[in-house]
Amino acid sequence: MSLKSRDLIGIKELEPGDIELVLDTAAGFKDILGRDIKKVPALRGRTVVNLFYEPSTRTRTSFELAAKRLSTDVINFSVSTSSVVKGETLRDTAMNIQALGADFIIVRHSCAGTAHFLAKNLNASVINAGDGTNEHPTQALLDLFTIKEAKGDIRGLNVAIVGDILHSRVAKSNIYALKKLGADVRLIGPPTLIPAYMKELGVGLYTDMNEGLKDVDIIMTLRIQMERQGKGFFPSTDEYFRNWGLTLERISRAKKDVIVLHPGPMNRGVEISSDVADGKMSVIIEQVTNGLAVRMAVLYLLSGVKA
Amino acid sequence: MKLLIKNGHVIDPSQGIDETADILIEDGKIKEVLRRKEPAGGMKENESGIKTQERGVINAAGLIVMPGLVDMHVHLREPGFEYKETIKTGTGAAIRGGITSVCCMPNTDPVNDNSSITQFILKKAAMEGSCNIYPVGCITKGQKGRELAEMTMMYEAGCVAFSDDGRPVADSLMMRRALEYSRVFDAPIISHCEDLMLAARGVMNEGLLSALLGLKGIPAQAEEIMVARDIALAELTGGRLHLAHVSTKGSVELIRAAKKRGVAAVSAETCPHYFSITEEAVRGYNTNAKVNPPLRGRADVEAIKKGLADGTIDVIVTDHAPHHMDEKVREFDLAPPGISGLETSVGLSMKLVDEGVLTLKQLVGKMALNPAGIVGIRKGSMKPGYDADICIIDPEREYRVDAAGFSSKGRNTPFDKWDLKGMPVITICKGVVNELS
Repeated sequence: MSLKSRDLIGIKELEPGDIELVLDTAAGFKDILGRDIKKVPALRGRTVVNLFYEPSTRTRTSFELAAKRLSTDVINFSVSTSSVVKGETLRDTAMNIQALGADFIIVRHSCAGTAHFLAKNLNASVINAGDGTNEHPTQALLDLFTIKEAKGDIRGLNVAIVGDILHSRVAKSNIYALKKLGADVRLIGPPTLIPAYMKELGVGLYTDMNEGLKDVDIIMTLRIQMERQGKGFFPSTDEYFRNWGLTLERISRAKKDVIVLHPGPMNRGVEISSDVADGKMSVIIEQVTNGLAVRMAVLYLLSGVKA
Repeated sequence: MKLLIKNGHVIDPSQGIDETADILIEDGKIKEVLRRKEPAGGMKENESGIKTQERGVINAAGLIVMPGLVDMHVHLREPGFEYKETIKTGTGAAIRGGITSVCCMPNTDPVNDNSSITQFILKKAAMEGSCNIYPVGCITKGQKGRELAEMTMMYEAGCVAFSDDGRPVADSLMMRRALEYSRVFDAPIISHCEDLMLAARGVMNEGLLSALLGLKGIPAQAEEIMVARDIALAELTGGRLHLAHVSTKGSVELIRAAKKRGVAAVSAETCPHYFSITEEAVRGYNTNAKVNPPLRGRADVEAIKKGLADGTIDVIVTDHAPHHMDEKVREFDLAPPGISGLETSVGLSMKLVDEGVLTLKQLVGKMALNPAGIVGIRKGSMKPGYDADICIIDPEREYRVDAAGFSSKGRNTPFDKWDLKGMPVITICKGVVNELS
């Protein structure tokens, strides 16, 4: 089994069957991660390069560990965007890395379309680890895996995504993925961060938390990027928490067995209260473990196409 | 030196000519257009009985003969950005596109905000330019929008219009003063309409597609707010306002209403990319479709065509904005906006004639006569005594756009490999008959 494409650029480009294949494959890898010996020789001899133009700890580490669990050789290549502006072009950097014999290039970049650009220019498999405000496909896949584990099926679930939708690649990838697998999606947040045209994606738009959270099965709350504050999207983090912070009181509008996801890192007291983050409905820590399994599945499935 | 262009379909809106005729050129000037006694007559001898077998005859049967086109919005990039384009290559590209006069925008390095730079451009143009060049000077010093540039001195040095193109004059008071002051020398103020704060460093049209691509959007209102403001200021001041690269339905409606009221001297231009393609061209992060203002939606394209048809939009320009390949082969956010347009303008604009949006005569008006009138140059017409600037088009000639073969250094076009019909085959300018292939 393998994915149709050589690259994972975004959820937009995937068929529902592709998404299900990743989720099923990830379940197998999750079993392996529960064993004493967590490493399999599946991709021995392959080389994975983490090309990160934005600071990242968890995603990079997750990819690195996933690649190592599959017995690949991993190289981390971190570049600060500022030094690149002065010097080598993205294409040149990537061509150089490819020339070292990389089979996979995992790229994170602040510009939308970067993964697409590299996939067009390189022979190596390109995996998008987040491109600007476009997509973060492996995050959506791990979120769906987590939801599926908890709920069994995704079809028909009511999912609320709360927060800065406008700037969130996590939200975008999740909207596409959830819609493809038949969930109902609603977006909740300040109107400055949820453009009206998002409605055309077939999602509900809410400003009011209590209204938006009514009867939902799943709540995904997004990180409020502190650098947005003072840019006029909302007046203060205090007011944000007052209007859109996820609290136990607000969660009571949702279904009894609601689960809460967060892509991390969390701002406690801004988008989520600690009693929710640490509560029994939270699957936030489970998401991290699942991320490993999902990324192993993605690497494994993409390697099949190249063979 | 005599030259006779025979049997062509001559179109010259300035003289109301739209018929088969001959054109006699003597010493680089139009001597006369020799009209038939009976309009559109077959192979009848023309009125003056010129012998057509003598040397210096162009047989233009089946071809359209029109005044050399006037493109009042071109970036020649010289001085300062010679790696993108030079006066030599840019004017060469113009000739290929049937264009015999270009107005070059001042956002060079240094910017054309004083008469020395204007003189440099004109000197270089005289030495290396294959078509006529009319510089556009800056409205404000350094295009910074704070103080007026020395517009009268630039006007006297040869500037025909003023613009901070590439940037808006953000300060309304500064724009008011520019429009007021421009009455001293009767040249238009060309406004690049963009509310920079509202555009908020967007890189494409705002809407569902920008959300899908994760690219920052620019709402149509970023243009329309400034169009409305500038019309209001033109009314206030009596200055002559020309609106550059109109791209949205809302702008067309604002200009139409202003013209209907008749209270302001307002003219407007658009570019082939705004009536030929939509924002869909950006899909796949196509940096060659990144342009400012951005490509818009289907409804905007239709509105632009309607605005051209009913006279709301007076002029078709290219906004020729050549860039080096290295600048375009990169992250979409970081690629500079602009389309190399001189060599596709005629083919794309001829589609408007095919679609019945414009008559050929109207098209020649928008690509030659009207822009010449707006910037006040003695071009865009084949009246006796005018320079023999002539564009001959084969309306049936089908060809495939080949950006790699452009005369321009800028190969940044979203129209590469497009099949077009209607090609300039001969451009006559500065006494040179350029046969194009």
